[in-house]
Formats: sequence, structure tokens, C-alpha cells
Amino acid sequence: MKALLVCEYREGQLLETTYELMTFADQLGAEKAAILIGDEESVPQMDGTVYLAEAAGCGEYNPAVHKQVVLAAIEKEKPDYIILSHSSYGWDLAPRLAAALKIGQVTEIVGIVEDGFEAGCCNAKMRRAVTPSTSQAVLTVQAGAFAAATPQGAPAVERIDISADTQGVVFKGYEPAEKKEVDLARAEVIVSAGRGIGKKDNIPVIAELAKVMGGELGASRPVVDAGWVDHSRQVGTTGQTVAPKLYVACGVSGAIQHLAGMKKSDFVVAINKDKDAPIGEVADVLVVADVMQFVPALTEALQK
Amino acid sequence: MKLLVCIKQVPDMESRFRPAADGLWFDESDLAWRMNEYDEYAVEQAVQLKEQLGKEPELTVLSIGPDRVVEALKKALAMGGDRAVHIQDNAAHLKDPWQIASMISRYAGDKGFDLIFTGMQSQDRGSAQVGVLVAEMLRIASATTLVDFNYADGLIQGKRELEGGVKGLVELQLPALVTCQLGLNTPRYPTLPNIMKAKRKPIETIAADELLSEGALAPATKFYAPERKAGGMVLEGDLSGMVEKLVGVLKEKTAVLR
Ligand SMILES: Cc1cc2nc3c(=O)[nH]c(=O)nc-3n(C[C@H](O)[C@H](O)[C@H](O)COP(=O)(O)OP(=O)(O)OC[C@H]3O[C@@H](n4cnc5c(N)ncnc54)[C@H](O)[C@@H]3O)c2cc1C
Repeated sequence: MKALLVCEYREGQLLETTYELMTFADQLGAEKAAILIGDEESVPQMDGTVYLAEAAGCGEYNPAVHKQVVLAAIEKEKPDYIILSHSSYGWDLAPRLAAALKIGQVTEIVGIVEDGFEAGCCNAKMRRAVTPSTSQAVLTVQAGAFAAATPQGAPAVERIDISADTQGVVFKGYEPAEKKEVDLARAEVIVSAGRGIGKKDNIPVIAELAKVMGGELGASRPVVDAGWVDHSRQVGTTGQTVAPKLYVACGVSGAIQHLAGMKKSDFVVAINKDKDAPIGEVADVLVVADVMQFVPALTEALQK
Repeated sequence: MKLLVCIKQVPDMESRFRPAADGLWFDESDLAWRMNEYDEYAVEQAVQLKEQLGKEPELTVLSIGPDRVVEALKKALAMGGDRAVHIQDNAAHLKDPWQIASMISRYAGDKGFDLIFTGMQSQDRGSAQVGVLVAEMLRIASATTLVDFNYADGLIQGKRELEGGVKGLVELQLPALVTCQLGLNTPRYPTLPNIMKAKRKPIETIAADELLSEGALAPATKFYAPERKAGGMVLEGDLSGMVEKLVGVLKEKTAVLR
């Protein structure tokens, strides 16, 4: 069985997630090759072949061009699986490959099960097993679901030259992350507000608990999108990655993108009225309660 | 200009999910249904574009599923859609993204839509495939995960959300498809007059069989609850008891509150 790993490269650098794909491929028992649209210096450390196309000529991410380059590598390698990260790069590119080859695609894989691939669904509350019915398939792997492999080995580098047409979507560059109002990465205690707190007026109640605990206020995405708190307080894949000694999640369901940002916390307390909420998976203590009743009571007890 | 928005109806995510008898998807009884959150942003963006262009564009909303999905279509009409298409399919939940996309593209194929909006993913299945597949099948440009959208003179300027707060700036020429991410805009609540008006807007029904010619390429074989990690403490019951226990645990197990 052969796997072609599609490396992820942004702003001149190979992303760490590429090494997670290697672990996944190893667990499948697949022989690995990779395709990098980047530069020679960023070629991943691994054995086997790495197909290299220069990003300078292909654009860091132009979907039409990247599709053609990866298809060219697929043509050479003839892999059983084409594997990408389930990231802004992967979920944009993967369906283009699947459509071009008319093959099955499984997204957001979190595990390998007896008869296929395991993917999260229903906001991470449930799982599905999905089995491609085509001999070749495109897979995207959830970031963090598989530990990154140790970089080792030296691949044979084979160049792919493509002068592809760049019509359709034109990539115009990057906009850097906004300036931070707070640096949550340094906080020892973070108390996060999720949508379960109900309304903006309740933010001060959560902020008060954060203050009493000597920590910072954090938030899940819907709370930020609704404008209840500043974006710099968002925890998760598209917010900040944090690793406090104590993380208190108030009315946060525990969607995979939120967990990805906080699962390195030493000790996690979750307050949720739903005993089955996925946040329970990572919580050291799950308090099954109405957050707006429990939090003021906890704050008061700590003030004593 | 012709606009199409593809929407899905999904259960409230706070529901308790149980596998259905066939073990392939959830049991639908006792679930409350709503429009997929990501699709609300898609509908809103299309309506805003229509307003920007002086109501000239015609906005069609489309949904595949059993009769209940008409409720989601009505909401989209009340938000500002002009007409709806219901692809009647009682077995939509068993179709894979490839089949769903092929039905949409087959419908859209000869209608000449200039711009198609979808959510970046559904909340229940989360495959994030359908939008791009539709675009590829129709051979039009597409961009995913938009958190910013601007249109002028046949050109879309968008911002794609990447990881860690970084955004990718993209430009697309019409015809195109974009998938919408949370936070793209603020979806409006339909007003009562608009809900009343929506009742008179046309809803066309098409049988799924008329559009489906593709088999599944990646079918689901099982639906189940994740294995629960043992270990975490669960506190339940009376409020002051739980507070007291938690304070005790925090003092004992963390250095923070000592
Ligand atoms: C590409 C992408 C990137 C994303 N990036 C991020 C990210 O960086 N960060 C992030 O957080 N999300 C991110 N998301 C969104 C993520 O998928 C979820 O939608 C989000 O995390 C849900 O936030 P929540 O838990 O606050 O809300 P919900 O999922 O709505 O959960 C609310 C919870 O509150 C509980 N609750 C309700 N009422 C009460 C009450 N009275 N008392 C106690 N509990 C109550 C409910 O049981 C539920 O568990 C991203 C999504 C995508 C697709």
C-alpha cells in the first residue's frame, strides 16, 4: 500500500503538521512518498521520494495550480491514498483532487477503525466510520489526532515543473494575525466563556471568576464572532493555543477546533449542563450545572 | 445576476444523539431542527449582495432532504431569498458528499448561476467537501472558509481564514462558488412581515431520483458514540455541594489556588 503525503507549507516554511501525516501513514502500514510545493530547504526529513515543485513558480497557494502539481505527483507515484491535513489548505485542495480523479474522500479523520476511517461528527459528539469504495482515495487528517513523527531520513528529491494556468482563484498574499490585546499563551489560569453563557451581559460574571482566580478571560469562537469579547481572547485553531495550569471552560461544548487550542492545559474544569458534551473528554472535573448559577457561587466561595 | 445558496437543515447540536436502527446515522426522533449555522452566513451574504446591487439579482435557495427541510428554506426566504428549490430526498442522510454535490451540480448545470454560496461545512456531518465538489463539477472557481467578502464589477475580493489568526487574500472572477465561515457577517433574524411575505414565494419540488445518477464513493459504514475516556471526575447535584467539592479539588490538585 502506498501513500502520497501532501506537505503543508506557508510563508516560506514547512508546517509541523506534515509530520503528523507520516504517523498516520505509518499506522496504515503504507509506504510513504510526499509532495511539497515549497522550496528545497523545506523538504521534510523522511525516507522515500519527495516530489518538489517550487512555490516561487506555483504560488504559495493557488488552488488550480496546486491541484495540477499534486495530480502530476499522483500520476508518477500511483498511491492508494493521498493524504492531507484537515486544515485551511487541506480542506480546500482535497475535494479538487477527489473531483479530478473521481475518487472517494474522507475528511477530518481522527482514527483508523476496522472497516475504514473514523471521523468526528455532530460537533464532535459522535463518530462515523467511512469506507471509500474506490481503489484510490483522498484523506484529510484532523490536526493533533496523530502525534507528529520525529523528523528523520533524507529523501530522494524529484522535481516537478509545472507552468500551470492560474485562472480562477488568485492568491494575493497574507494578512497577519491581529495585534493581541492579551497574550493568553502566558496566562497561568484561563477562564473561558462559551456560547452556553447565553448573552453578552453575562461576560462580566465569567470575567469576575477569572479575576478572582488570578487569570485571564478566554472565549470560544461564537462568543468572539458575536462581538462579546475581543478576538485576541479566542482559544482554538483560529485563535490562540494556550497551555495554562488551570483552564475553566464555562458553557463550551468542546468542538475539535476549540480543544485543539486548549488541550495542553494542565488541569481542566468544565461547567456544562450537558453531561455528554465533548468537553467532558478532556476535563479533569466536569461540573454538570447551569453555568450562570454555578459560576457566581464559585466566585463567591473563592472570595471568602 | 443569478445567485444560488445551498443550505442544509441539521439537528440542534445540544441534542442527545443515538444511532438509528440501521447503525449508519442518528435516530431522528425527538430532535429539534434548524438551519446549519454556516449556511446562515451564506444566506446572509447573498442577501447583502442582493441589497448592494439594488435588488437586481435573483436569489435561489436550495436544500436536499425530506419534507422537514422546507422549514429551513422558508427561513432563508424570510431572510431575503426570492425562490426556493426543495430536492425531495428521504434518504439524503445516506448519500455521501459526492452524491450530494452531484445532485446540486446537476440542478445548477443549465441554470447559469453567477455566484453560489454554501456553508464551509455542515454541523452534523462536517465533511467540508460539498461546496468545492459542486464548483469542480461545474468547472467554476471556488474559495473556502471566507470571513470577508466584497464584490464589485464581476470580481470577488475575499479573505480566507487560515490557522492562528492569519488570513489569505483571494480574488475570484465570476462565475464562482464560495464557502462561508462563522463570523463572515451577522445573520439577520427574519422579521414578521418578511416571514409573511416569504409565504407567497415559490418553492419548487424536484424528486431526488431526477437528479441523482452517481453512486457513493465514500459511504459511511457505522455511526456510534466515541469511547469515553475514564478518569475525569463528574460533579452533579446540589449547587453548594458541587462548589465545595470543586474548591477542594482545585486546592488539592492545582498549584493555582493554594
Ligand atoms: C475552520 C474552523 C475553525 C474554528 N476555530 C475555532 C476556534 O479557534 N475556537 C473555537 O472555540 N471554535 C472554533 N471553531 C468553531 C467550533 O467548531 C465550534 O463551533 C465552537 O467552538 C463552539 O463554541 P461553544 O462551545 O462556545 O458553543 P456551542 O458548541 O454552541 O456549545 C455551547 C455549550 O454550552 C452548553 N450550555 C448551554 N447553556 C448552558 C447553561 N445554561 N449552562 C451550562 N452549559 C450550557 C451546551 O450544553 C453546549 O455544550 C472553528 C470552526 C471551524 C470550522
